Amino acid sequence: MSILADKKVIIIGDRDGIPGMAIQACAESAGATVVFSSTECFV
Amino acid sequence: MKSVIKGAGYILVHTPDMVLHNGTTQTTEMIVNPDGQYLKDLPSHIRTWEQVLEYWPNQVYIGNKHPDELAAVPQPWYNKPCDVKERYGHFGQMMPQQEFLLLMQACDVFDLVKLEQGFVDANRPALAANPIIDEGILGRIPEKQTSAEEIARLVAEEHSEGLYHLGQLVGCVNRAHDIDVNLSAHVMHENLVSKASSVMALLSAIKNAGIDKNEVEYVVDCAEEACGDMNQRGGGNFAKSAAEIAGLMHATGSDARGFCAAPAHAMIEAAALVASGAYKTVVVTAGGCTAKLGMNGKDHVKKGIPILEDMVGGFAVVVTQDDGVSPEINLNMLGRHSVGTGSAPQNVIGSLVAEPLERNGLKITDIDKYSPEMQNPDITKPAGAGDVPLSNYKMIAALAVKRGELERKQLASFTVQHGLTGWAPTQGHIPSGVPYIGFAREDIMAGKLHRVMIIGKGSLFLGRMTNLFDGVSFVIQTNSGAEEEKKTEEAAVSEQQVRGMIAEAMRDFAAALLAKAEE
Amino acid sequence: MDLENQKRVKEFAEQYGPENVVVLLGAAEGEASGLAAETVTNGDPTYAGPLTGVSLGLRVYHVCEPEVKEEFDPDVYDEQVSMMEMVLDVDDIINEMTSIREQYCKY
Repeated sequence: MSILADKKVIIIGDRDGIPGMAIQACAESAGATVVFSSTECFV
Repeated sequence: MKSVIKGAGYILVHTPDMVLHNGTTQTTEMIVNPDGQYLKDLPSHIRTWEQVLEYWPNQVYIGNKHPDELAAVPQPWYNKPCDVKERYGHFGQMMPQQEFLLLMQACDVFDLVKLEQGFVDANRPALAANPIIDEGILGRIPEKQTSAEEIARLVAEEHSEGLYHLGQLVGCVNRAHDIDVNLSAHVMHENLVSKASSVMALLSAIKNAGIDKNEVEYVVDCAEEACGDMNQRGGGNFAKSAAEIAGLMHATGSDARGFCAAPAHAMIEAAALVASGAYKTVVVTAGGCTAKLGMNGKDHVKKGIPILEDMVGGFAVVVTQDDGVSPEINLNMLGRHSVGTGSAPQNVIGSLVAEPLERNGLKITDIDKYSPEMQNPDITKPAGAGDVPLSNYKMIAALAVKRGELERKQLASFTVQHGLTGWAPTQGHIPSGVPYIGFAREDIMAGKLHRVMIIGKGSLFLGRMTNLFDGVSFVIQTNSGAEEEKKTEEAAVSEQQVRGMIAEAMRDFAAALLAKAEE
Repeated sequence: MDLENQKRVKEFAEQYGPENVVVLLGAAEGEASGLAAETVTNGDPTYAGPLTGVSLGLRVYHVCEPEVKEEFDPDVYDEQVSMMEMVLDVDDIINEMTSIREQYCKY
């Protein structure tokens, strides 16, 4: 069973890892609905 | 016309009490978890003045140690005292909290900073002995100060922000308006710390550049604070305010903002202003940030290490017209993350690093050293944020691999050869590319390096105005005048060599002819 | 995890039902990934945010984990993320994430 298709996805990206918007593009390509996307910054 | 890096100043202020009272991690904890273990444990993790003096990354920041020397010291560094323990350095200095509180008062033009009489009397001589502090600044600290009782009353009844030293209330910053939150005591405190540390950086940079204060025509402040009132919250202008205290009588200025990317933006603006002829001498400056003090303190305390985010940072860089020797800023090789670039790491690094190089016919390996975000990994690694400079180098190397400019097996050696180990405090804009400019200037002038790329990156999304990321980059390189001279010398040398070779060949030829004639 | 982000996670889990929500992370390290994953499954381990003591048990993955990676359009992943596989310690991230999911994930 697919993990992402038709799911509501919350994205917590990281400025020094993968930023939120980049993850969003991936999640949408898997058929998920992104309900929230943010990027954290520890520095 | 070219613009060159004439000098740089780097300063740190040890602010142990501000960690507790002004760092947002701690002030947030006081609201959500006032009786929690963290606030109980925190005081025993605060470093002493002696400890911050012997901290390796601090000695690198003020220029007493080179980043290459730091790279040779095994991490972690907090438990390995540096052999140099000087407060004054090649690029600037570390200032203890008690002197800084007096400097804050000297930087306050609105009679908001109140200090206890005995505290000022005890510490005025130390500030007076500071080589960057002149009579003009010292004279701004009033003889008559405030009683301890009055200060306690102001904090208890008038919403004043307490100023503490070693746990004792020694002063306060009053609010500048009864209703306007933009002029609250908290905001005024934050802004005065930024301003005072910027003044220190300005004075250090001007001294190091060896220029007269009156030569400075323009100052760009690139910190992350905002000053203004309720009708213009970020109206400004830190640059001119700090220039006033520093005594730059012929300067005006303005503030450039862009989160951690702002210093790189400001450097490009300064270089362009000078190169265009608009101004002859521009100084880029920034003070530090109280909010970020102890930002990762919870992780540091949990792991049993000292609170390493106890230093307010500041830097300033003097940009002037070409002097024929100082390294120049190449305005034809600017990288920029544009609106259309997107946030994919490869696109970000591509726009900042690969694109400007490719446009100039260069490869990623043609830059001798990259200075992206120079955060001290001693601070970030225990907090789970990794080694930020190293990640940046890996990204640059990975992009070079993707572009076929580097072999995959060279990834690790690239990060050493073209990279640096981070040493700057996690003060947002302070570590962003610029901490290396002082060393880069010297290493380029010594002929050790030819091209250095400074990269600033900023988390614009934190302002909730956009989801975009940002960044710009620029290249500092050997002064082309100096390089021409070197080439002429080299050419002269080779001309002599050619002459020698011809002479030798002629002799051989003659000898051969003679031998033939004798046969 | 940022307090505002915790608040949003909690609200969306209530709004859509925790079984319909998946959290995707982009943290730079295994430890940070584990902490974020723990926050949205077992509750905020730092006792600071709205998820303190709230065990949502949400499905949570790091964007570089193979389970989710295989569901992405490979071209999109290649363009947006792939380079970072050379930068991040993906094995460490997978270990941390797997451990947290095994302990706390309810779906």
